[in-house]
Amino acid sequence: MSKTIYAKPKSLTDTTFRYCPGCSHGIVHKLVCEVIDELDIQGKTIAVEPVGCAVTAHNYFNFDVVQAAHGRAPAVATGIKRSLPDRIVFTYQGDGDLASIGTAETVHSATRGENITVIFINNTIYGMTGGQMAPTSLPGQVTQTSPYGRDTHTQGYPVRICEMLATLDGPSYIARVSTDTVPHIKEAKKAIKKAFENQINGKGFSIVEILSTCPTNWGMSPIEAMKRLQDEMIPYYPLGVYKDVEEVNE
Amino acid sequence: MGEKVLMKGNEAIGEAAIRSGCRHFFGYPITPQTELSAYMVKKMPKIGGVFLQAESEVAAINMVYGAAAAGVRAMTSSSSPGISLKSEGISYLAAGDLPCVIVNIVRGGPGLGGIQPAQSDYFQATRGGGHGDYHLIVLAPNSVQELVYLTADAFNLSDEYRIPVMLLGDGTLGQMMEPVDFDSIPEPVYAEKPWAATGTENKRDKNVIETLFLEATELEERVLEREKKYDVVKEKLQRYEAHNTDDADIIISSYGITSRVVETAVKILRDEGIKAGVIRPITLWPFPEKIYKQVKPKAFLSVEMSTGQMVEDIRLACECSAPVYFCGRTGGVIPTPDEVVQKVKDILKEVK
Ligand SMILES: Cc1ncc(C[n+]2csc(CCOP(=O)(O)OP(=O)(O)O)c2C)c(N)n1
Ligand code: SF4
Ligand SMILES: [Mg+2]
Repeated sequence: MSKTIYAKPKSLTDTTFRYCPGCSHGIVHKLVCEVIDELDIQGKTIAVEPVGCAVTAHNYFNFDVVQAAHGRAPAVATGIKRSLPDRIVFTYQGDGDLASIGTAETVHSATRGENITVIFINNTIYGMTGGQMAPTSLPGQVTQTSPYGRDTHTQGYPVRICEMLATLDGPSYIARVSTDTVPHIKEAKKAIKKAFENQINGKGFSIVEILSTCPTNWGMSPIEAMKRLQDEMIPYYPLGVYKDVEEVNE
Repeated sequence: MGEKVLMKGNEAIGEAAIRSGCRHFFGYPITPQTELSAYMVKKMPKIGGVFLQAESEVAAINMVYGAAAAGVRAMTSSSSPGISLKSEGISYLAAGDLPCVIVNIVRGGPGLGGIQPAQSDYFQATRGGGHGDYHLIVLAPNSVQELVYLTADAFNLSDEYRIPVMLLGDGTLGQMMEPVDFDSIPEPVYAEKPWAATGTENKRDKNVIETLFLEATELEERVLEREKKYDVVKEKLQRYEAHNTDDADIIISSYGITSRVVETAVKILRDEGIKAGVIRPITLWPFPEKIYKQVKPKAFLSVEMSTGQMVEDIRLACECSAPVYFCGRTGGVIPTPDEVVQKVKDILKEVK
């Protein structure tokens, strides 16, 4: 008799990930799908995928998916959720998508307390387009559009989304997690689960920011990339729960 | 015909939309269409519908995109500057083959322009506005009653063809009050939407609404597939009103509120023994080109509240069988019947 030690979540398709080696997108896809399986909501879930490397998420997600225009995922998710209030609707967005071109949609879906879940992949870079500076790129970070390092005098400072959204009354749950170590990945899964449970319980807007790697556009090996995440990103983007409203968000 | 009620154009659109099964409206305030939103926000909560004032027109149209993807009848409305912002989303709606209704109560432009009625968004409405190979079905009513009929048609056509429909009005039409009968409006005809992203309920394969196709040949295939649908629409949907065309020396075309000015002008001209006829396009896309090939005037005249945009479609439609002239005012100025009459007389001296 063989015993099942590990099974791929059924919310994930059999398609092999085409993300780069060492990229966090694969890890986070798996966490999200495990949560969806555990909550038994696969048949009720509708994902809104971004423009960014995760524009291909529908190849891996085994439930309905709507592809949004760049940055518009929270507005699209709002339209879906308001049409089908008993469905579970989440967006999956990169930092360029969520914190630059889609900032207005992010802030306003949050302040409306829209009953959706937002999975936010912060890899401090525009991955899909080949490594340009993102709103979240760190001071001094070298990218294609900050070749001498992000100069805060001319290119400004990184946006800390969790801290910013935590000033609003609308959101019910805001957490920042990371994918660098096994304990952190376990924490990340717990946060993602909570963000989905909140929606099931009608608590309103929940966002989980996940510090992530992009070895390809950082010009690093997967191991070096994890080290950068730990040494440079976590200090700038402290992990933790920024808001957790237990009661129902009116 | 049922009982008539006196109603403002903008509010009549709202009532017609509700009677057509629209329960999801996403807007952003802008003059001169505000009464439509105001009507919807009062009505929707009472009938279990959704009214949401979005943070921008960009967000509003993307909420429509989400609602349409989820399979419900959704609507947004705006005026010119807001439609420019919605154009991104409209391109995605067209690419996703998502049915919805977009109202543009046009005001003068470009830029912030003015708030007076205009027809200067004809190119934007009929040529795309957003990027890519796509069309909207564009309907142009000329009375509050027709506004109501075409609102109902808009939802049905959009569902039938999976093409977003634009209802193109102007500030006058939106603001004016006329008697309107709702009992005679077309019944909602709901299409099956097996493609909608409603959650699989573990009973079917997943649905994906996508607009990105990185393989050139695949994208081409999708675009050409849609083009076939456009060909069907072009064949079946050309709508217009025409009269006095048989003996006409000149055929005057106009749409929307301008056609009411033209009707007065044509009466004056006919009374003076001048043979003027009328073709009034009701669908601006597809343009009613067939009728232009059947008439033989000495000249065509396009009367518009713009610097002359539809004039190009008339030229294409009539295949230069006669010269096409333009008469109009722009910036929010409404042309008078006298201006049209004078222009016709000048033209007829030229073409003899
Ligand atoms: C309107 C618009 N502007 C620009 C682009 C080009 N573009 C595609 S993805 C992207 C940035 C993606 O970065 P991010 O959101 O951080 O996602 P990642 O790939 O890093 O996961 C940009 C600028 C686009 N597709 N649409
Ligand atoms: S480019 Fe970066 S974000 Fe995109 S798949 Fe590769 S590693 Fe991941
Ligand atoms: Mg990124």
